[in-house]
Amino acid sequence: MNIANPEVPSPSKAAPPTKRARVLAITSGKGGVGKTFVSANLAAALAHRGERVLVLDADLGLANLDVVLNLFPKITLHDVFTGKAALDDAILAAPGGFSVLLAGSGMVEYSRLTAEVRAKLLEVIETLAPRYDRILLDTGAGISDVVLYAVSLASDVAIVVTSEPTSMTDAYATVKVLSSQQQRGVIQLIVNQVSRLGEGRAIRAQLQRVVDRFVNPDAEPAVKLDLMGEIPADPAVREAVQKRQLLLEVYPGSAAAKAVNALAAKLAT
Amino acid sequence: MSIDPAEHSHASPALRLEGALQLLQQSGRDLPERSDPAWLQAVLDALCDLSSRDALTGLANRRQFEIALAREIDRVARAGEPALVLMVDIDHFKQVNDSHGHPAGDRVLQAVAQRLLDCVRPMDTVARYGGEEFAIILPNCPPAFGRAVAERIRRRVEQEPVPIEGGAPIGITISLGGAFAPQWVRSTATLWLAGADRQLYRAKSEGRNRACLEQPTDVQVSSEEKNMLFSSPQFEDLE
Repeated sequence: MNIANPEVPSPSKAAPPTKRARVLAITSGKGGVGKTFVSANLAAALAHRGERVLVLDADLGLANLDVVLNLFPKITLHDVFTGKAALDDAILAAPGGFSVLLAGSGMVEYSRLTAEVRAKLLEVIETLAPRYDRILLDTGAGISDVVLYAVSLASDVAIVVTSEPTSMTDAYATVKVLSSQQQRGVIQLIVNQVSRLGEGRAIRAQLQRVVDRFVNPDAEPAVKLDLMGEIPADPAVREAVQKRQLLLEVYPGSAAAKAVNALAAKLAT
Repeated sequence: MSIDPAEHSHASPALRLEGALQLLQQSGRDLPERSDPAWLQAVLDALCDLSSRDALTGLANRRQFEIALAREIDRVARAGEPALVLMVDIDHFKQVNDSHGHPAGDRVLQAVAQRLLDCVRPMDTVARYGGEEFAIILPNCPPAFGRAVAERIRRRVEQEPVPIEGGAPIGITISLGGAFAPQWVRSTATLWLAGADRQLYRAKSEGRNRACLEQPTDVQVSSEEKNMLFSSPQFEDLE
């Protein structure tokens, strides 16, 4: 079954024009590993560095970016798709100095990825790409066809993973799917909730070993996992999430906030 | 279904219950005594069972099949175990009806249903999907096993003509189309079935009396891979 859409040209293959946002898809395989937390705070960190950033809620079924950012807009992507509102009216200013485009709960009906929805999502990204330096696609949990399609629209993809066995298994499965269905050569890893320094490197190495043994012999191109960074387990994260505020706003000096800033610095180079 | 509730409210609850009980009696179901505390639960169970079966063949009906399919696709996405759905269509069924009459057609449907049941495991769901079309869900079904089962079913139906009253047994063949659920991928039942339908169409257009199965997408995480993923070097710094 062909889930990834072969007709869509991979943006990574086309030389990016000078003024066009780089699109980064943030995905996880397993839910509950802090994917949306990472998306929102990474966007804030990039914005702080002077980038024009848009976060697009690409979890069309069950988004919670609105909850994390404490935003409950009247106009969402759903209204844009149904022609009730203009795209510009659905773009909000988020607390961290970036823009956000929320899917809206009405998008549940789009959890079936029709050709029409695919075309509309592509159109939205193409329209917005020239206006930003970076677009982050916060995808849903799992490896649904919606997630795979959203990832196919991005030039870069990062998988958020923790050391939990289920998270690692799902991350590995995601790598396999992205390799076999989208021929991804480089996949970034963001290792969240690490209990000690260097755990991110160890997890990357472990995943890479299994990929080298079981995926790369048949993969063209071979998959190289790249560690974008690790974020320590930090009680400040939980507190910020419960306050429904960005960690970078409420606890900018926390260890996790510093780690997110380091991620942004690495991404910006 | 558009039943006007106002129209039905004229019947008293007791009367409606009697109707339901009569239905259960006609379908040959044994219920405990009315004074038994288990009676009400038994009535509900029997009604649920009745509403989930096809009247002619006793197989799961289409509603029951769709519930099972939705459950299975969630499970596959979560656990990554391979699962197969088969669509089965009786070849030239219209000719059976036209030349032997509808009672013979019904006999053929019942016989094919029984042969399908005989060829699968108790955990598999066999359903009458509609008309002369059947569908089978096979959870935890590796590709090689799926091909073997599909071929076994095809051969079994071909080799056993269906006896009918007042005539020679009728030779029947079937076409099968199968698709594996995309492992680890949260997909939809609609997409999964569409894959099986495409293969059924292929089987028909390639001459019928054959089984065509979609190549599964290989995103299974084997126990060998899991073993390596969780082997000890993860906890050492090797770089």
